[in-house]
Amino acid sequence: MRELSAILAIAHRDLTKLLRDRARILGDLAFPLILVAFLGPALKAGFGSPGGLDLQAYVFTGVLAQTVWQSAAIGVISLIADREEDFSQEIFVSPISRYSIIAGKILGESVVALPQALAILALGWVLGVPMTLAGVLALLPVILLIALFGGAFGVLVLSNLSSQRAANQVFTFIMLPQFFLAGVFNPLQGLPGYLDVLSRIAPLRYAVDLLRNTYSAFQPGSTPIAVADAGFNLVAVGALLVIFGGLGTWIFVRAERNR
Amino acid sequence: MTLGPVPGPSDPAPAGAPPSAPAISVQGLVKRYRKATRNAVDGISFEVGTGAFFVLLGPNGAGKTTTISILTTTLSPTGGRALIGGRDIVAEASAVRREVGIIFQKPSLDQNLTGEENVRFHAVLYGLYPWAPSWRLMPAAYRTQVEELAGLLGVGEEIFAPVRTYSGGMRRKLEIVRSLLHRPRVLFLDEPTAGLDAPTRRTLWDYLARVRRESGTTVFLTTHYLEEAEGADHVCVIDHGRVVAAGSPAQLKAELTHETLIVDAAAADRAALRAELAGLGLAADGDGPFTLPVGGDRTHAVLRSISTPLTLVRTSAPTLEDAYLQIVGRSAADGEEEGAGGEASEGAAGHSDGASSTPEDSVRA
Repeated sequence: MRELSAILAIAHRDLTKLLRDRARILGDLAFPLILVAFLGPALKAGFGSPGGLDLQAYVFTGVLAQTVWQSAAIGVISLIADREEDFSQEIFVSPISRYSIIAGKILGESVVALPQALAILALGWVLGVPMTLAGVLALLPVILLIALFGGAFGVLVLSNLSSQRAANQVFTFIMLPQFFLAGVFNPLQGLPGYLDVLSRIAPLRYAVDLLRNTYSAFQPGSTPIAVADAGFNLVAVGALLVIFGGLGTWIFVRAERNR
Repeated sequence: MTLGPVPGPSDPAPAGAPPSAPAISVQGLVKRYRKATRNAVDGISFEVGTGAFFVLLGPNGAGKTTTISILTTTLSPTGGRALIGGRDIVAEASAVRREVGIIFQKPSLDQNLTGEENVRFHAVLYGLYPWAPSWRLMPAAYRTQVEELAGLLGVGEEIFAPVRTYSGGMRRKLEIVRSLLHRPRVLFLDEPTAGLDAPTRRTLWDYLARVRRESGTTVFLTTHYLEEAEGADHVCVIDHGRVVAAGSPAQLKAELTHETLIVDAAAADRAALRAELAGLGLAADGDGPFTLPVGGDRTHAVLRSISTPLTLVRTSAPTLEDAYLQIVGRSAADGEEEGAGGEASEGAAGHSDGASSTPEDSVRA
């Protein structure tokens, strides 16, 4: 009960901070909104619908999953910034489990990612991406799951970093390639051998694909845009979430005390 | 005058802890950071009694913060053992965390949250109240407590303003109040007044003195400001990760500083003066002025028995600061060598030409 309260308090703090930081809300939204508003329609206009594929919906779903996943991951990595601002000392000296601290952080940053998801959904609707109310409602739990998955990935990255500077530097290497490897806006069919291998290693791939499974399920008659089936993606996301979160926390807690 | 929310006499010792265990017991504590070539803390030992005001004094980089981090369980020791209230800081880390409060060297408030939100966060983390999404939904007991805290800090509605808008002194006070919410057995303060102006420092010390008087909390302070150690029950001086001196401020002064009497005579009379001093059992080296290891009641007796006309009479009573500088200077000179605890008197005699004596003690004959 006490641990649960602490998890909620840590998560609540992240949400409070987000709501007070309007500049950050706009900054976080700018990039995904540009992709959804400009890239999707431009690709659709230029390439039409190859093999019946709706390119606008493809980019929209890809960006939605990627944004939520990355937002939660970066949010969790911000525990490093907390350490540099010394607020984390206050958390780490308190008598709650280290696992609760990480759980609270993942939960908080996942909740923080939700307003972004809602904004992207709203923009997609305005731009005429085909969607139904039932489809949107079905997407919400999937979005939350993807956010938690992103948070768990963030913990694994965090556990291997020593400073915010290091975090900024690895960002380009671990986040940017996944845009392409996960097929956020490019197709994954027929990738050359090495890219195919890398793509299957990229965790984001399974999050994007699971969201597309869900989207297509509510668009009867349209060409499915996912590459694997929903059951496989769900198992992959669930398993990686548990592995990343558990392993990352374990490494992080050890490194935190054994400096 | 009461402190309201500040803890009353510490709770009875929790089951499992020996009732008479000292508040803090440290035995041969060692910490070597990864990739470091020497120990940041190098085998220190000390004990702090319940309710005592203990000061760990030392220059920057002496190992003070490392020691506090280990004692508050956020850093693992490399060797040795430490107990807080009889509980092992490694094996019973979680229990120890409940027993300690800490004011960190760098402010650890969340600037984006209000004062009340910072307090609430702490209260929930320490299991004092269950989490609730807003101030209004928190239990009445909590709200009463916060209102009392605000009064104590001399603020009203500002407790609901972001911490960013607070002054440096206010933030420190809020941190102290916050750290006492869960009634810690030991309150650690890591250079709490660094960066504060003199009036704010004074206010903070008055406040801490009250907290100590009314709650009986054991206080563990690190500082490199000597005057902050003068009121301590026990001072432990560390340098290069080692204890170089320990005792009450008075003991340290007595052991490490020696009052001296400095006299001189006209050049023609110096031989006579030297002979007279030799008669009193005082060796007068050099060509004068002569520095004599004489202090207290004996000063007058010595002066009375000298018949040679004196041109200079001066007494020197080193402050604790002189003693401290001497200890730290000496251990720096010793470098890594062991045996820094030797006799200090030769050091005192070393810089004895009167230049370092305090002016108000001087009387020119």
